[in-house]
Amino acid sequence: MIEFRSVTKQFPDGTVAVEGFDLVIPPRKTTVLVGSSGCGKTTLLRMINRMIDPTSGSILIDGEDTASLAPVKLRRRIGYVMQNSGLLPHRKVIDNVATVPVLNGVPKKKARAHALELLDTVGLDRSLAGKYPRQLSGGQQQRVGVARGLAADPNILLMDEPFGAVDPIVRAELQQETIRLQAGLGKTVVFVTHDIDEAFLLGHQVVILQKGGHIAQVGTPAEILARPADDFVASFVGADKGKRKLRIERVDGTDVVVDENGTPTGVLQP
Amino acid sequence: MKWLSSNWDLVWQLVFAHVALSVPPIVIGFVIAIPLGWVANRYRVSRGIILLVLGLLYTIPSIPLFIFMPLFLGTPLLSPVNVTVALTIYAVALMVRSAADGLRSVDPDILQAASAMGYSGWQRFWRVELPLAGPVLLAGLRVVSASTVSLATIGSVVGVSSLGYLFINGFQRNIPGEVITGIVATLVIAVVFDLLLVLVGRLLLPWSRRDSRVRARDVARSRTAVLTGAG
Amino acid sequence: MNLFFDGIAWILDSANQGGPGGWIARLGEQLAYTFGAVAIAAVIAVPLGYLVGHTGRGRDLAVSLSGGFRALPSLGLLILLGLGLGIGFRAPLLTFVILAIPPILAGAYAGFEAIDRKTIDAARALGMTELQIVGRVEVPLGLPLLIGGIRSGVLQVVATATLAAYVSGGALGVFIFEGFSTRNYAEALGASILVTVLALVLEGIFALIQRLVVPRGVVAKEPTEIRTRSSRPVAVAGLPAQEGK
Repeated sequence: MIEFRSVTKQFPDGTVAVEGFDLVIPPRKTTVLVGSSGCGKTTLLRMINRMIDPTSGSILIDGEDTASLAPVKLRRRIGYVMQNSGLLPHRKVIDNVATVPVLNGVPKKKARAHALELLDTVGLDRSLAGKYPRQLSGGQQQRVGVARGLAADPNILLMDEPFGAVDPIVRAELQQETIRLQAGLGKTVVFVTHDIDEAFLLGHQVVILQKGGHIAQVGTPAEILARPADDFVASFVGADKGKRKLRIERVDGTDVVVDENGTPTGVLQP
Repeated sequence: MKWLSSNWDLVWQLVFAHVALSVPPIVIGFVIAIPLGWVANRYRVSRGIILLVLGLLYTIPSIPLFIFMPLFLGTPLLSPVNVTVALTIYAVALMVRSAADGLRSVDPDILQAASAMGYSGWQRFWRVELPLAGPVLLAGLRVVSASTVSLATIGSVVGVSSLGYLFINGFQRNIPGEVITGIVATLVIAVVFDLLLVLVGRLLLPWSRRDSRVRARDVARSRTAVLTGAG
Repeated sequence: MNLFFDGIAWILDSANQGGPGGWIARLGEQLAYTFGAVAIAAVIAVPLGYLVGHTGRGRDLAVSLSGGFRALPSLGLLILLGLGLGIGFRAPLLTFVILAIPPILAGAYAGFEAIDRKTIDAARALGMTELQIVGRVEVPLGLPLLIGGIRSGVLQVVATATLAAYVSGGALGVFIFEGFSTRNYAEALGASILVTVLALVLEGIFALIQRLVVPRGVVAKEPTEIRTRSSRPVAVAGLPAQEGK
């Protein structure tokens, strides 16, 4: 469990990214922080592994204040996946995946063997192990990034808009993969995105953020859709434009689901 | 300083000689470098060949190059033309890389837009490509200017009048003040040239001042690249 | 061109080759200056450049320092130090160390600076200590530009070392100045050819080294970047920047 307790972050240039933020992130579930750019979602994520330290307030992981932990040690037990993968360009795929275990003192041979298994886990062919990141496609690099995040078998996996730079088809694949991995491995995933559909797809708990890290609403996707807390949320999820208000129309004996504007979105199965 | 006060005339004379020796290579070098840079930027093969040849020319140390000049030009060994031509060769060698990099830094989308609006190839080069390459060209020219002013002092070793005379004479007569005067005067000329170039840049490239940071970084990069020899 | 062959003949004449005053010994002195000065300069400039590159502090100072040195006339510096330290090898060596510092410093910090910030950020997020980031990420990725800086320094010093003879510091310049004062063009030309060949050979060796030290992953299938120029300057190939040759 990760707990934010009245966390505030003011950057040296004066911008207040986050103010008085409280949130409980349940274990073994996916929590998605979603909001437009500048809402402080990445700042919140990076405070969990102390890439950024809060100006005030505290963050607890399983009841332990992270301020009392050494940042480097903390980071090694938390997986981190970022946009554009952040792979080390001068290391082969397998060594990129094995980075953290090697840092933790695992013998290289053992770390590499484990890294090969992780390539299987994230759906990459083992033949890619000897390639350099540049030789991979964007989607493949992103998978390597996920494998690297999982390498030290962390309980927590932080994902910062990991699929923002890949094309829609690959993104859809990676999203399904993420769901499968989370369900299979039971990690606590904290996921940052600006895409509400991605948030609803992946999140058990979705946190909609407004500027300054103010929480507009927290809940399951169904709860948020059923009762948007205010106009902002309604607009953010698209409820005000009729995109989320569906009704059934009967066409040639089949129930077709259409939105408020009459645009068909699917067929109702009996 | 006592030396300086009693030798003003000599110093002034040498300053003028030094300026006269360094300006033509900077100007001619720039003019030659633009078309060469354009050709280098245009085709992959020409880029490799041009940059390789100029790189090798630049590798030739200055005193040997001064000494080789009479072989090719048929000039007397002590002729100032040797130094002027040699310094021009260095200026071209340095400047072509900046020119090629500068032209390459122009966003191809802008060039396409210019063509789409109806600029001919020639117009496009003069009115769009060259001005947009301006900041990188200017950065390169400043480097050329500083190194040419400094190199011109070596001309005095082969008997061509410049501020370097003060070094040689000061050494022979054991007058540190004279040597220091020569160093300071050289630095002052370099700084004045640099300020003039910056000024010209502001007049000709008014947009580049409040331009995006990306652009400024581009220029900074190309300066560092020239400095470290990787571009 | 007959003169040119006179120069070659001077080089080939065995009377000019051996002994302490022969060109072989003088060539050795030229090389000793070059590598001695560059080694000393590297010991000073590399840690300093790494510090600037890693922390980003003092960058402006480093940039203007390495830029400003370009205009410093090396002959003037050499002679001034010669007047202070006396004739011999000390003034030239010190001059060459001073000349070699700026390009090496620039190579060291530019090498760090050229690394994608996201890569550094990722390394930190993985839990690397600052020292590990320097040692395992920044140094290997910055190596090509550092070698580029060292290459510039070497070429600059090997060219400028010709001037050492001016303050009785030996090296190949001895023949050039001697040839000038005795109107022996063949001698000056022969020594000039030797200096040039030496510089070209060193240039070639360094071009090769620079190619070899680029981390494999960095050159592996470089995406064509005509359109968007990557944040990493192409590390191989390069034009050495020399001032005061």
